[in-house]
Amino acid sequence: MVVHAEIRMVHRGGSKINFREPVITHDSRFLLCAAGESVNVYSTSTEEYVHDLQGHTDLVTGVVLNPSNHLQVYSCSADGTVRLWDFTDAILIKTFIIGYPIYSIYVSEKHGGVVFLVVPMANYKSSELFQLVAVHLPHSGDQEVEARELSAVLCDVSHHPGAASFGREGEYIAAVKGLQLEVFFFKKQKSYRFSLKSGMKKGAKNAFTCVSCHPKEDCIATGHEDGKIRMWRNFNQKKEYTYSTLHWHHGAVNTLCFTPEGTNLLSGGIESVLVHWHYTQENQKDFLPRLGAAITHIAVSPDGSLFCTSHSDNKITIIQSCVKVSAVIQGLVKGDGVWTNLIIDPRSKALVLNGKPGHLQFYSLHHDKQLYNLDIVQQEYIHEEGLDQFEVVKAAFDARGDWLATVEERRKKGAELEINLKLWAYDELTQSFVLNTTVTAPHEDRITAMFFSPSPETTMLVTTSLDGHFKAWLLADHSDANEGFWACDFVGGYHLLKPGCCSFSADGSLLSVGFQEVVTVWSPASWELLTTLSQPPGAIRDLCFGRLSCSKYLLGASTKNQLCCWNLLTCSLEWSTPMDVSLLQTDPLSENIAAFCSQSGSSDLFVFKPSEPRPLYSQKALCTGKVQHAVFAPRDQMLESCEERTQWLNRSQLYFLTQHMDLLTFSTKTEEDRLLASSKQLMVDDSVAVTPFYLLLGKHRGQQLEKQEALTNPMAERTQLPQGSIAIKELLHTPAHVLPSASFLCAMFVRSLLISSSSARFKSGLWLYHSRTLRLVSDMYCQLRDQIISN
Amino acid sequence: MASFKSTKIPIYPKLGEKVTPDTLYWKNYKAPVQIKEFGAVTSIDFSSLAPHNYAVTASTRIHIYGPFSTEPVKTFTRFKDTAYSGKFRSDGQLLVAGCEDSVVRLFDVSGKVALRVFKGHTKGVHVTDFTSDCYHILTGSDDYTCRLWDIPNSTELTSYKEHTDYIRCGTTSKLNRDIFITGSYDHTLRVFDARVEKSVMTMDHSQPVESVLLYPSEGLLVSAGGRYVKVWDLLKGGQPLVSLKNHHKTVTCLSLSSNGQRLLSASLDRHVKIYNTTNYKVVHNFDYAASILSLALAPDDESIVVGMTNGVLSIKHRKSPEEKREMVGKQRMQPVYRIFVKGRNYVPKKDDFLVSKPVKSHLAKYDKQLKKFNISKALDTALESWRRNRKPEITVAVMKELDRRGTLKNALAGRDEQNLSQLLNFLIGNVVDPRFTPVLVTATEMILDIYQAVVGQSSVVDRQLVRLQELVEREVDYQQDLLEVLGMLDTLFATSLPRKEVPCPGSSRPNGLAEGSLGAPGPQLQAA
Repeated sequence: MVVHAEIRMVHRGGSKINFREPVITHDSRFLLCAAGESVNVYSTSTEEYVHDLQGHTDLVTGVVLNPSNHLQVYSCSADGTVRLWDFTDAILIKTFIIGYPIYSIYVSEKHGGVVFLVVPMANYKSSELFQLVAVHLPHSGDQEVEARELSAVLCDVSHHPGAASFGREGEYIAAVKGLQLEVFFFKKQKSYRFSLKSGMKKGAKNAFTCVSCHPKEDCIATGHEDGKIRMWRNFNQKKEYTYSTLHWHHGAVNTLCFTPEGTNLLSGGIESVLVHWHYTQENQKDFLPRLGAAITHIAVSPDGSLFCTSHSDNKITIIQSCVKVSAVIQGLVKGDGVWTNLIIDPRSKALVLNGKPGHLQFYSLHHDKQLYNLDIVQQEYIHEEGLDQFEVVKAAFDARGDWLATVEERRKKGAELEINLKLWAYDELTQSFVLNTTVTAPHEDRITAMFFSPSPETTMLVTTSLDGHFKAWLLADHSDANEGFWACDFVGGYHLLKPGCCSFSADGSLLSVGFQEVVTVWSPASWELLTTLSQPPGAIRDLCFGRLSCSKYLLGASTKNQLCCWNLLTCSLEWSTPMDVSLLQTDPLSENIAAFCSQSGSSDLFVFKPSEPRPLYSQKALCTGKVQHAVFAPRDQMLESCEERTQWLNRSQLYFLTQHMDLLTFSTKTEEDRLLASSKQLMVDDSVAVTPFYLLLGKHRGQQLEKQEALTNPMAERTQLPQGSIAIKELLHTPAHVLPSASFLCAMFVRSLLISSSSARFKSGLWLYHSRTLRLVSDMYCQLRDQIISN
Repeated sequence: MASFKSTKIPIYPKLGEKVTPDTLYWKNYKAPVQIKEFGAVTSIDFSSLAPHNYAVTASTRIHIYGPFSTEPVKTFTRFKDTAYSGKFRSDGQLLVAGCEDSVVRLFDVSGKVALRVFKGHTKGVHVTDFTSDCYHILTGSDDYTCRLWDIPNSTELTSYKEHTDYIRCGTTSKLNRDIFITGSYDHTLRVFDARVEKSVMTMDHSQPVESVLLYPSEGLLVSAGGRYVKVWDLLKGGQPLVSLKNHHKTVTCLSLSSNGQRLLSASLDRHVKIYNTTNYKVVHNFDYAASILSLALAPDDESIVVGMTNGVLSIKHRKSPEEKREMVGKQRMQPVYRIFVKGRNYVPKKDDFLVSKPVKSHLAKYDKQLKKFNISKALDTALESWRRNRKPEITVAVMKELDRRGTLKNALAGRDEQNLSQLLNFLIGNVVDPRFTPVLVTATEMILDIYQAVVGQSSVVDRQLVRLQELVEREVDYQQDLLEVLGMLDTLFATSLPRKEVPCPGSSRPNGLAEGSLGAPGPQLQAA
């Protein structure tokens, strides 16, 4: 990594915001949630991202409000620290070093200055045994404090953050694991354990999943694998405890939460329905159905007016008083897998990939924000485990972005495959895609590749399938008033071999289809087989044509560790190299081709031109596992980097998706500098809710105000003038010990204040100005002297 | 939070013709009026005079019908034998007809007795016509001659004996009084000029010619004979322009629509085909009950009159605009529920306080039940008799949706005899429909799994199961036959396509598979 210091690999597409329970602040204005190595702050009313709290060096595993100061928040992380933040200004107040990776954090009002953490048991660092410990946070003025005094409260607890909860006024803490509920009373320093039978008969699964305690009464609600909720009472003894059962969920109860007054209990699970139980009338319940994906966490604001639910599709929903969804914070949906390639929408330049089940998500790479979801399957999603669902497996855009083709499939166990090919036309009016044609069962077997012809004259789609055919689809003539529909134009095959991949040349005049070991080259105009190329052994895995000056080359990667390059003018092999290429990707704006090789558990990247023997860029051990998909995204602004190593990143950026569903990209130094500059510009006062409107209007209004002020008071403008000058910045922000002598500084400073004689506007009040300046200079000088002395 | 997504009912393409302006125009006729004549109707001719009566020649009579009458307004019966080719003069006053007894008779439309009788032919006369100056008559006969007669003197002017077989059709030029065209069973068409001794143009149709037709401009000539309709360019010396083969039996009659844009041909195969005269494509087709011998269109296409071999005369009248409007009005009168919702069109006034109410989307009954996970009820709703019979695609779509939810088995189970027999009836009716087969086969298998324990308890169900079994066996045999035919066709196509050599790259690299030629991209069965 040191060698390629100028090119850095960075994560894109945000991180998981549904990893831990979000927190709503006391005034209900902000929502805080753990997101990767930082804590993100969102506005609850506008769902906009405000800022983040950065400092942790590993995954943040918990966020809680400081019970003694509601403007502060504790966060814990797997890096073994607990940090205290001022979340309104994003200032790190203190760092407590614990020394063990922390899995969750609990606090209570009654236990001031104490946090309860779940850490691995000291003796079994490697194993899956955890304990709940109390840590007294030492009072000291230092930024970094070591807090190594741990006192164990409960042993053998679950690391799941929902598996423990403080009871009424912090008198006891309840924790669940497996088939056991354990309640620890702090006053008596005694714990009681309650076990359930495994209950394997009748299919009941009694294991606990989560726990929540009533804030005002002695009552504990526990959720179970089989969807039951048990309400435990009278548990301060071993014998006479009672419980009642509530049952609505058909899957496991993922999370439970009492409202602050304890009048309601909220529960959620895979059904993606928020169930709202009335505490006093337990058989009465309200529902908020179809929230989109399985609910993983529920949080309630301290005043009880807002609920928020985290969902398995990396989404946080904010709900107002249990009836209305008021805001949705949506990150890049990271589903179970991405089957479609990474695609760039030619219109919005958004990255398109699988989103929610049955949807395609459009993700803006430049704003790092999801634009919208397009419902492809258009069926009611049934939230049930083990159900075969329709999945979008292929998607493709035509060259202008007018057409989108999608393939969805559902593999029933033992039954035949259901495939639908759908073609979507872009509608200017609604600014989205509208379904035009649905082809049921376009092929008899799985579709392996689908591409639009890049030529601007014809809109043609080619699909290849394991049934041994490839089909070309054309838009039927739209002579009628209504627009045309798509129909099959040509069916091709080659010796009943199964086609695995296909590729169009850049101008759309050639189509190459890889039939196992043979590459066939067709002319889409006449559907003639022009030539066949092959380089046995090894089936062709991926094909691509060269671009621009290299358009005479056709590259193919085979399964038997070979990357071949054919010259299409001579129909002969130009070169070949032994490389286990898993993915080939061409840059649409240059001749460059990126090849990802998988070698001994990690992936390597080579960027090269087909005509040149030396690769432009290579990176060994890019990431662990195989790179699944990759795409070159064109930049909206070209970079002017002259360095040879980074030149390939000038026009477009390479994004790729690893096995662990991390979206990564390469970034250069110049680019980062530019980004930094732009982010500074965007700093806004967060006392006003940040909305896109505010960003547009607020700035504008601010400028207007300034202007008005300047008009009414011309002097004000002048006194303000020097504040922004570079000289002052230099003066005040440079560390004192590196500054030159004061006399030298003063001369320089005064010179910077002088106004060139050409600006006639200031001439009239020049003497006044000078007097003011001199006063200012003397002030500054005093300030500077103080600073130097204090240092 | 998204709303409930209703079950997608697939729209299956409607088989049949596409709706074009032509089909709309030619379908806009009322149900035909049928009149029984005494024998085969050999000729129909419209008078060009205002009420547009038409003369129908059948057997030994000529009837003249008014445009809307079902009874003849006039009858000519003075024929000794079968009459042929009753034709009006262009002023509508006179009518000429040939006869099997070789005599040509000229009638006054208002009289009964023949005004003139032209004798001279030795065999039956099948062709008669007036020349454009109205003073001469053209006749063509089975004695291979065609003659011109003078009406005032009732004498024969000229006779041409150039054809070598029966003359069965002919027409005179409407622009030139001396030019006429005849078609004969000797496969030729001849153009004659009365001022010249011989024919001026001969065209070979290569089938016995049954009918000829001149375009109003008289630059193009259309002839029908055998299964062919051919168009000739007279201005280029009789060059063939198009040959149409859209009928599968002899074409007997030709006609032009009033604007000259469409050509109609009638045939013994009981069809009337309508061609576009610019590209000669068939744009519409009429079916009739019997072989057609004669066809005529009233001016402005007001009616289509067709005579058939079984002596039936079929008249189709164009729908009047009022009737059309009535039809539209009737459709609009159907009650629409939403129209009658009170206050729907109310526009809020300035000071009104608006209470917005969420618009409830309407869900079908089965969707409402699916929303509540009432699967058995949803299936019951989908199996209601009218839906089952009228819209089986809805029933199948609901079954598919249940299958997707993994609950089809539960929904199918627990049914009593009546319910089960209803279900089996539906399966018997639709399981071999290619649109529904994939879903219904799964459902059938499930039903057999669930109810195999109760087989033999009810005679009704048993009978239906046997029927189902027979149906499936028959379908399997049928599919096997189809596959055999497909195999035969594949071999035929493979042999008929020329083997194309693939250009072999001249490289030193081994390119073993390149020598194999391309497997013929023959017809592939496209899955529906």
